[in-house]
Amino acid sequence: MMSNLASEHSNPPWREDGELEALTFDIAGETFALEAAIVREILDLLPETAVPGARAFVGSVVNFRGKVIPLADIRLAFGMPSAEVTIDSRIVVVEVDIEGTPTLVGLRTDKVTEVLTLKKSDSEPPPRVGMRWPTELIECLIKRGSSVIIFPDLKAIFAANSRKPAAEAEVIRHPKS
Amino acid sequence: MSTIDPLDIFRAEAAELLEQIEQGLLDLEHRLDDRALIDSVFRGLHTLKGSGAMFGFDALAAFTHHCETAFDRVRKGLAPATTDLVMAVLAARDHMRALVEDPAGDYGATGAALLKQLQDAVDGGSGRTEPTAAIDQPETIPAAGAVASTAGDAADKSQMRRWRIRFSLPPDTLFNGTNPLALLDEMRDLGDAEIQVDTSNVPPLDAIKPTDLYLSWVVMLTTDRPRADIEDVFIFVMDEMSLNIEELGPFDPAEPILAWTPAEAVATPAVAAGRMAEPALPPATHAAEKPVHAATGTSQRSEVADSMARRKAESVRVPAERLDELMDRVGELVIAQSRLTQIAASSLDAQLRTVSEEMERLCSELRTTMMVLRMVPVGTLFERFRRLVHDLQRDTGKTIELVTAGETTEMDKTVIERLADPLVHLVRNAADHGLESPEGRHAAGKSEIGRVTLSARQVGGEVIVTIADDGRGIDRDKIRAKAESSGLIPVGAVMSDQEVLQLILQPGFSTAATVTNLSGRGVGMDVVKKTIDSLRGTIDISTRLGEGTTIALRIPLTLAIIDGLLVRVGKGRYVIPLPAVEECLELSLEEDLRSRGRSFLSLRGSLVPFIRLREIFSTGSKPDPYQKIVVVSTGEDRVGLVVDQIIGDHQTVIKSMSKLHDDVSTFSGATILGDGGVALILDVANLVAAGREQEAQLRATA
Repeated sequence: MMSNLASEHSNPPWREDGELEALTFDIAGETFALEAAIVREILDLLPETAVPGARAFVGSVVNFRGKVIPLADIRLAFGMPSAEVTIDSRIVVVEVDIEGTPTLVGLRTDKVTEVLTLKKSDSEPPPRVGMRWPTELIECLIKRGSSVIIFPDLKAIFAANSRKPAAEAEVIRHPKS
Repeated sequence: MSTIDPLDIFRAEAAELLEQIEQGLLDLEHRLDDRALIDSVFRGLHTLKGSGAMFGFDALAAFTHHCETAFDRVRKGLAPATTDLVMAVLAARDHMRALVEDPAGDYGATGAALLKQLQDAVDGGSGRTEPTAAIDQPETIPAAGAVASTAGDAADKSQMRRWRIRFSLPPDTLFNGTNPLALLDEMRDLGDAEIQVDTSNVPPLDAIKPTDLYLSWVVMLTTDRPRADIEDVFIFVMDEMSLNIEELGPFDPAEPILAWTPAEAVATPAVAAGRMAEPALPPATHAAEKPVHAATGTSQRSEVADSMARRKAESVRVPAERLDELMDRVGELVIAQSRLTQIAASSLDAQLRTVSEEMERLCSELRTTMMVLRMVPVGTLFERFRRLVHDLQRDTGKTIELVTAGETTEMDKTVIERLADPLVHLVRNAADHGLESPEGRHAAGKSEIGRVTLSARQVGGEVIVTIADDGRGIDRDKIRAKAESSGLIPVGAVMSDQEVLQLILQPGFSTAATVTNLSGRGVGMDVVKKTIDSLRGTIDISTRLGEGTTIALRIPLTLAIIDGLLVRVGKGRYVIPLPAVEECLELSLEEDLRSRGRSFLSLRGSLVPFIRLREIFSTGSKPDPYQKIVVVSTGEDRVGLVVDQIIGDHQTVIKSMSKLHDDVSTFSGATILGDGGVALILDVANLVAAGREQEAQLRATA
């Protein structure tokens, strides 16, 4: 259902000629892509500060050029265990719209590969079954040779995991003793 | 940098002018014969008309012209300033604002109706039909209006007098768009004028700047008009120019007006005009000239000095986001500087240390300056309420006196802007619900004039803005009953007075029996609460039945920078806002053991609940052997926060958390530390609330 919606909204934002510049990166052995236009920077890992009480997949913040930005872990959003960092681990800083506010968010990735031109004709909605990822968090799949590139739906990822602030009041209560 | 739309500049300017006009009018209402106020309103109207026409706001210019004409008459003493006139122009001012904001809008008969009101006011005031004519003719310019005024100055008419007017304008006059020729023309309109130009200041050709004005003038004027009319010619340039008006005595037709001719003056430009004119002056005048000159010179200078003083608060309009940008940069600079300090401290290089110390000093000065840049006196906010109260008097039929105090208290500009809405609600509430009707007040033995007091004062890192009325006060039982009947609280719930009063902040809560167009819908207080919360402020309500209600808003001074206490819990570092910190003490081992299971601390005889931050934050590490307690408070409530280590105080630039962390209420923001790491800022109000709950639980079980 999500994918139908997505294609109606023409998201990812294909250009008129049906192509798109995209940055590809690896997470948990899969290749992901995001439109290059929203990528602000690719960083080596930074010292992280945990935010107690925050949702697990945005459990920490980093200092990005004097700004404090949340660091999101797509693995956790997709319900997978977090992974050890490697020498190739990078943070991809993207600017996304969250509830109407343009927000910088760092995405934890295992490896950043390259910038590619993707073709709309190669894309298709995610299959409803047989996916190891929750399909509602995926915009579309793009075939490239023998491999498949996943185009995640960042908006859905950040929205799907949102909680009502009211529930959070629990966090500061002292544990019953 | 982006280019700025000239229309926006005009709108900003117009908004200021309208504000100035409104303040002038409101003051005038109380001091109807204050010349300075009348002049100030007139000047405002005139400038608005002028710039309006320049930027193509023709409707505005045409409409404003009528008000200006009316005020011109008052200024000239032809019509008295009346309350009706002030009211009419106040109403007209609102229309002007509409015309500024939406010049193409359809206002139907509004403009005509306002003009009618204005005309009636002028007619009523002067008791003559003449003003009608002045208002009916949009073409009438002030100078022409002055012609009509001759009837009033009948005594002067036969008295033709001679004046010598010397004036020079600043070099940038032309650049600013003033046309000296227009001034000369206006003087010619006043009477017989001989004009001589002084070219002595014109530099050699290669030094001339074509945009600068090097000329000054001496005008010999024969006129029946009083001095004030001559001064009026220069009314809009008076602040910058030097002007000297001398009266040379009554006009004697037999005497030659001037011994020199303008042609001569032009023919010998290098000679100073003053030197040329002097020998030609009649001996008697010549002798008298010096004392006269001195006398008028002084009075003139004092006038100029007066207007200079008024202008001294010269300001530069800067878009707020540029200031914010600058603030961000300064914040980053401070962070970079503290890293430098750390590096320098561990280095043996004396030179590096010197530079680093110098940098540290500069940075802290820069930051202080930056903070001050954003501060504006709260008086700018209070001024707006005079108009509101003025209108409220009309709408409620109550006589209301607005008293303001502490206008000079300074606050961050953004904070002030955001306070405007809540204050409007509170003042309205005070006037509509708080104050009784005049009869009611009389019956209660109070003065019939209801009083609403707006005041501000700074206490530590907070500004307390209070809105007080001397009305009927809030009936707690009524609030209770209402809250119980609407299911907001269980029937018979045990609540403190303050808790009951805080109920009025709940959305949709109103005890008003009838909804008026002013208030009573129960929306306002909710808005107040939301805004104050977003400013990290608190609301205190106190009330006495029959004596009035006081609502105090406690707002942090600035949103951007706070002094904080840096602490460590587990591996994480956190900042506790310093104004909230009461004291720090050690949690002794035995106290720690004893307090297990109840988490209370006996502090000088009173029980203070405490919260182990490491448990809330699930640090998963072993506690330090000697833990510390930081006691924080918000007003009356206190709570102790148990931390592993107190690192020290830390002035810090607040960075907001992203929307993704909106749900984390424990923290109000984040900051970047000297080593580039991030520390989260604890939301004390929230923690204290948690502590209070804990205390309530304990009481319940005890």
